[in-house]
Amino acid sequence: MDLALFYFLLLGFAIFMYVLLDGFDLGIGILYPWFDEVGERDHLMRSISHVWDGNETWLVFGGVTLFAAFPVAYAEITSTFYLPIMLMLFALIFRGVAFEYRFKSDTSRPYWDLAFSAGSAIAAFCQGMLLGSLVQGVPAGVNSMSSLHWLTPFSVLTGFSVMAGYALLAACYLYMKSRGSIQKHAAKLGKRLLVITLLAMVAVSLWTVVSQVEIRERWFSGYNFLWLSFLPILTCIAAAFAWKYLHAGRDAGICTSNNVEALDVQELDRSRYESRPFWAVALIFLLGFAGLVVGLFPYLLPRQLTFMEAASPDSSLLFLLPGVCIFVPLICAYTFWGYRVFAGKVEDYQEGY
Amino acid sequence: MELDVALLSRLQFAFTVSFHIIFPSITIGLATLIAIWEGLWLKTHNPYYLQLAKFWIKPFAITFGMGVVSGIVLSYEFGTNFSKFSEITGAVLGPLMAYEVLTAFFMEAGFLGVMLFGWQRVGRKLHFFSTMVVMVGTWFSAFWIIAANSWMQTPAGYKIIEGKFEVESWMAVIFNPSMPYRLTHMVMASLITATFVVAGVSAYYLLKKKNIPLAKKGLSMCMWFALVLTPLQAWIGDLHGLTVKEYQPTKLAAMEGIWPAQEENVPLLLFALPNMETESNDYEVGIPGLGSLILTHSWDGAVEGLKAVPPEDRPNVPLVFWSFRVMVGIGVGMIGIALLALLLRRKDRLFENKPFLALVTLFTPTGVIAVLAGWYVVEVGRQPWIVYNLVRTADIVSPLPAERVLFTFIMFVIIYTLLLGVYLYFMRKLIKKGPPSMDELERQMIGMNAPGYALAWVKNLNSDQSSHQQGDK
Ligand code: HDD
Ligand code: HEM
Ligand code: HEM
Repeated sequence: MDLALFYFLLLGFAIFMYVLLDGFDLGIGILYPWFDEVGERDHLMRSISHVWDGNETWLVFGGVTLFAAFPVAYAEITSTFYLPIMLMLFALIFRGVAFEYRFKSDTSRPYWDLAFSAGSAIAAFCQGMLLGSLVQGVPAGVNSMSSLHWLTPFSVLTGFSVMAGYALLAACYLYMKSRGSIQKHAAKLGKRLLVITLLAMVAVSLWTVVSQVEIRERWFSGYNFLWLSFLPILTCIAAAFAWKYLHAGRDAGICTSNNVEALDVQELDRSRYESRPFWAVALIFLLGFAGLVVGLFPYLLPRQLTFMEAASPDSSLLFLLPGVCIFVPLICAYTFWGYRVFAGKVEDYQEGY
Repeated sequence: MELDVALLSRLQFAFTVSFHIIFPSITIGLATLIAIWEGLWLKTHNPYYLQLAKFWIKPFAITFGMGVVSGIVLSYEFGTNFSKFSEITGAVLGPLMAYEVLTAFFMEAGFLGVMLFGWQRVGRKLHFFSTMVVMVGTWFSAFWIIAANSWMQTPAGYKIIEGKFEVESWMAVIFNPSMPYRLTHMVMASLITATFVVAGVSAYYLLKKKNIPLAKKGLSMCMWFALVLTPLQAWIGDLHGLTVKEYQPTKLAAMEGIWPAQEENVPLLLFALPNMETESNDYEVGIPGLGSLILTHSWDGAVEGLKAVPPEDRPNVPLVFWSFRVMVGIGVGMIGIALLALLLRRKDRLFENKPFLALVTLFTPTGVIAVLAGWYVVEVGRQPWIVYNLVRTADIVSPLPAERVLFTFIMFVIIYTLLLGVYLYFMRKLIKKGPPSMDELERQMIGMNAPGYALAWVKNLNSDQSSHQQGDK
């Protein structure tokens, strides 16, 4: 039971890392149509071309963690949501290959632009739908394999919400990684998306609370709401914080100096607060995720399958334990190092190989 | 017509995994070659090694990208299409694949960014280290996934509780009887595949009289590699075959086209059309006794044939039989080329002999074909079992509506065909374009001597021109 809980938390960690990291990376694709001046799209692509693979690996890690620790849940969830998962995979294929081919193409570049942005948007939407239909659960008396229970107004709403959230993350990421007009544009988009995302969060929460009896009881029975209310309150504070720094960025990025030394110093100064919106939004995501877990714990497949029931035998969980304890911190360390190597603004010249 | 979900799911899995393996079999070998070149460059300062490394890193990057996107599909397909299989084997295969992600995929992905884009950001040593890490990552990945696959071929170290597999000994699961052979054979196969890709392109350059110094270096090195690797591969393959004979006799009988329940004096069949209806071979041409010699190391050793098991326990014999011959045929051809190269080298004609160069060019894709053929032997030969002798493939398929699987299967065929075309188009383009010039390399090296300097330099350049430059990789 304790081991199973550990893996449940690990799964949560993997999903959160995926949402945060691939979130900004898919979000760049969603924001793509809003950047169409010469060179802007190159810039957007460059800002993530060295990290997208690592980010997507968290998706694989989430999948195999589920497979290894909760095989029954892995089998149930993936086969029940066959079509949205497949659709997401198709979309991820298109956007993944676009990174390599786009920069090497001459005439076919518009197609790769389309593959990248449509692929990112569809993948994000599918993930949102998956989230929504997981929260709703499979309705009783329905053949879970052949019905379309994952396609409901609610899951469409969560699909768009996740798209908005990812786009918001991406705007904050761009705000941190770019200069000049792109940065300004990112700040403007970021503010709009912040509002949209918050509205979407409110809508999804209300809808869930109204339609799902169990979740409503968990939030509102007894004194639960009192101590759970720190989630929405903190979210508001983080949102205000993000807004403030994005707003400060409206006149950002007017770099006047040609002197490299001075430029660097100036940049160092700015970059301190230019990363703040991103972290504030990351906190919003964390709080939203926590709210979700509060509602669903201890289910992997709501009201059908708890993580205790789905857990692998101890022999398997124990075998994987040292690997997780050694490698997950190591992975975090070198992922961090990787981001450090490419720290600072994205440059508009050809770098690398 | 009634659509069969099981058949569609299997076709889809076979198609997607076949597509995937094309790319790892190139990247594992190519990563190793690139690491070798970069190391040699650091040691000897011979710029041609750097040129080789920097030229091949581009095809490597696109191949790697294709491997990643097609691999992600597979890791979910176990659950989507074979849910019962995931349920009953999850406790065994899940942790193996989780270790693969932890020790291999993250490592590859984490250091790939630096390997591809970090030349101007980190020192030479650190860059070389990153390349090495990517290389080791691809090996580790092969280790774990081959362990998982081999366990399905020759299961060991398990017990079955309430219809599900649980593990008694992880050592026995990982180092199951066929795993050491399969792992060595597969890693060698990737090295050989990459070797022949590089050799083929080099020979093409020599034929076209382009990039001569680079092509000479590439071809010469690769022919040395081939001379060592290909005979070794045949030897390992032979040992591998002996474990098949011991643990999966029916598969071996299919590989060799042996029908009688027990046969002594087995011929080595060069040509035959195995006929599953009549339970015999049509148009058989063979060398008497040689089969027994190879399989049992004696002229009249006895081998179990296909009729030893009922028809419903036999795999598709012609497919296994012919895949095996394709693989071995290519292997023998490669040994021939390596020996021919040695001969020409002694006469100092290695770089001039046109027919030889044309032959090597022709052999560029054969590594991939042999890899695919080898996997068909292994996987189709295992049928009708998914876990050999324990679980039947037909019993573990997700009960999905057939139209949905048909739909995704058609989508995969369309998307992957398109992608393969695009991949080949860009490979051709990169090869046509050729390696970076020495000037270009020198310019990039400034940055490697003093990190930071090049950044400042280019930044100045940029603000002078004050325009966005179009990227051109
Ligand atoms: C012997 C080698 C080998 C074999 C048999 C397989 N793979 Fe593979 N795979 C690799 C060798 C590899 C690799 C060399 O590690 C790749 C290829 C290119 C790359 O990016 O990593 C990879 C990539 C790759 C990825 C993407 C990793 C990432 O995000 O970076 C996934 C999820 C899988 N594979 C999963 C599978 C599954 C589920 C397989 C079995 C059905 C499988 N692979 C067979
Ligand atoms: C990478 C090279 C591989 C190739 C080319 C390959 C090829 C195939 C083929 C052709 C089939 C269909 C056989 C049939 O139905 O007649 C198959 C089935 C299957 N293989 Fe592999 N395979 C590979 C590696 C693996 C690995 C590494 C695993 C697992 C760890 C694996 C697991 C399976 C499973 C689960 C099936 C589906 C069930 C079935 O149809 O038998 N394969 N593979
Ligand atoms: C020339 C002599 C060769 C022999 C005798 C040989 C023999 C074998 C045997 C017996 C198997 C195992 C079948 C099973 O486990 O069911 C196999 C599999 C395989 N072969 Fe070969 N092989 C040879 C050459 C090659 C070459 C040149 C390549 C590729 C470049 C290759 C690639 C593979 C692959 C990828 C597999 C499947 C994975 C594995 O079992 O390792 N083989 N081979």
